[in-house]
Amino acid sequence: MSGSANLVALGTIVRREIMRIMRIWTQTLIPPAITMTLYFVIFGKLIGSRIGQMHGFTYMQYIVPGLVMMSIITNSYGNISSSFFGAKFGRFVEEMLVSPMPNWVILLGYVIGAVTRGVIVGALVLVIALFFTDLHVAHPITTFVSVVLGATVFSLAGFVNAVFAKKFDDIALVPTFVLTPLTYLGGVFYSVDLLGEPWRSISLVNPILYMVNAFRFGVLGVSDVPIVTAFVVMLVFVVGLSAIALRLLSRGVGLRS
Amino acid sequence: MTTPALHVNDLRKTYGNGVEALKGISLTVQPGDFFALLGPNGAGKSTLIGILSSLVNASSGDAEVFGVSIHKNRSEAMRLIGLVPQEINFNQFEKPFDICVNQAGFYGIGRAEASVRAEKYLKELRLWDKAHHQARMLSGGMKRRLMIARAMMNEPKLLILDEPTAGVDIEIRRSMWQFVSGINAAGTTVILTTHYLEEAEQLCRNIAIIDHGRIVQNTTMKSLLATLDVETFVLDVSSVPTSLPVLPGVVLRGMDDHTIEAEMSRAHDLNSLFAALSTHGVTVTSMRNKTNRLEELFVRLVEHGRENAA
Repeated sequence: MSGSANLVALGTIVRREIMRIMRIWTQTLIPPAITMTLYFVIFGKLIGSRIGQMHGFTYMQYIVPGLVMMSIITNSYGNISSSFFGAKFGRFVEEMLVSPMPNWVILLGYVIGAVTRGVIVGALVLVIALFFTDLHVAHPITTFVSVVLGATVFSLAGFVNAVFAKKFDDIALVPTFVLTPLTYLGGVFYSVDLLGEPWRSISLVNPILYMVNAFRFGVLGVSDVPIVTAFVVMLVFVVGLSAIALRLLSRGVGLRS
Repeated sequence: MTTPALHVNDLRKTYGNGVEALKGISLTVQPGDFFALLGPNGAGKSTLIGILSSLVNASSGDAEVFGVSIHKNRSEAMRLIGLVPQEINFNQFEKPFDICVNQAGFYGIGRAEASVRAEKYLKELRLWDKAHHQARMLSGGMKRRLMIARAMMNEPKLLILDEPTAGVDIEIRRSMWQFVSGINAAGTTVILTTHYLEEAEQLCRNIAIIDHGRIVQNTTMKSLLATLDVETFVLDVSSVPTSLPVLPGVVLRGMDDHTIEAEMSRAHDLNSLFAALSTHGVTVTSMRNKTNRLEELFVRLVEHGRENAA
């Protein structure tokens, strides 16, 4: 297809994904906002007031970037895995597979849709956070780039999960047993500097640590890891997961017989 | 020489579980044709259609749509095809209008043009009043028509219909065939698979029969029907006599008090049958074929294939 035709096809997928997010907003937007409000109340206000300062910020201020990034990651992942698997399960993925659209357009369309949900939920959570504490974004461009890269990494991971999934349980297993533990251990609630060895070194293997810290650097100006390293790690994951996802689409794994 | 609408060359497919679904299929469909692709369940029809629409990866061989290879230039080949699949495969929570417009979008057709086409085809298929209702609210027949409307959104040169009338009532079936015949008359090549053989006989000019992954017959509908040497007629009569007349080349059987079956060679004339019945005091009130002619041939070809395989 020509460049303009690809752009129309891409816009069609993105539009359809955003319509889906808005159509089921009580499932896609409200639950994460409620969950994060509870986190702010319990960890920020009730427990946080007894913890004291961390890297020169109140505990509430310190955990806000981590919780926002956690919302972005889980919602990007959840959006693409449920939407693409739903399309597979309902067989309407075939509408795209029989079309002349190239695979990269399908992948990019779903990723943009998932990143959009991540950004909307992240913005909602940030607005809620402002009811609990004052925040001033230290590095707006770093904040924006870390959001987009972090959401893209987990959108791609969710896509790969959906391609392999054969039943709805398969798209729930990874978030439950992999994503959530990695997020909690990724420096959302604490600085890894507080950990002794070998736990600090082990934490550095967790990719979510780099995303949380890149975003925290953007908002607060502090990070447990060098910011350049954080961006390199995210870029490596974006490139690697994109290559895997495109390879799976090209071979038709889980999609074409 | 005209480029064929479809040229399939030695297409083979062996699934991962070892099932050899296609064992070297070759066929040609000319532009503008209304082509029947028939075969029993599991014969390989859906695998062939799956390969043509790029939902199934072929093990070997190739197919060209209007001269464009589906393997070497998938994107261009898919642009020429419209597919109406056997199973319902649209998002039941979307609206028919959106389903059609989105499908056009996947082919790179802008929303303005797509909206015009969606209205046109949804109206032609009598779905316009349901265009903005959720698709899950449509009846079975409406869902089938929606898939035809969706397949028309890229205005394909080759329309493939995989059992489009399965489970659809006769009135809706007729209206669907009226639409598809109109599309064919306007120049679109149509390939049809169906288990309603009278549909294939009435609509299609050429035919291929697949069984066990091989083409067992590929000819014109007229030539195929001409090979039918024996026909069975059902005669409704005033009363069946105790002894039926004996006629060379005709087997007569009394089925009940008012019905006689006559199995006879196509070369045999009907006048002598009626004359013989008349001399026995039998009045024939009406007459019909016991089965559709194509159905009779189809069963024979498939059974013959099974006997050979055994």
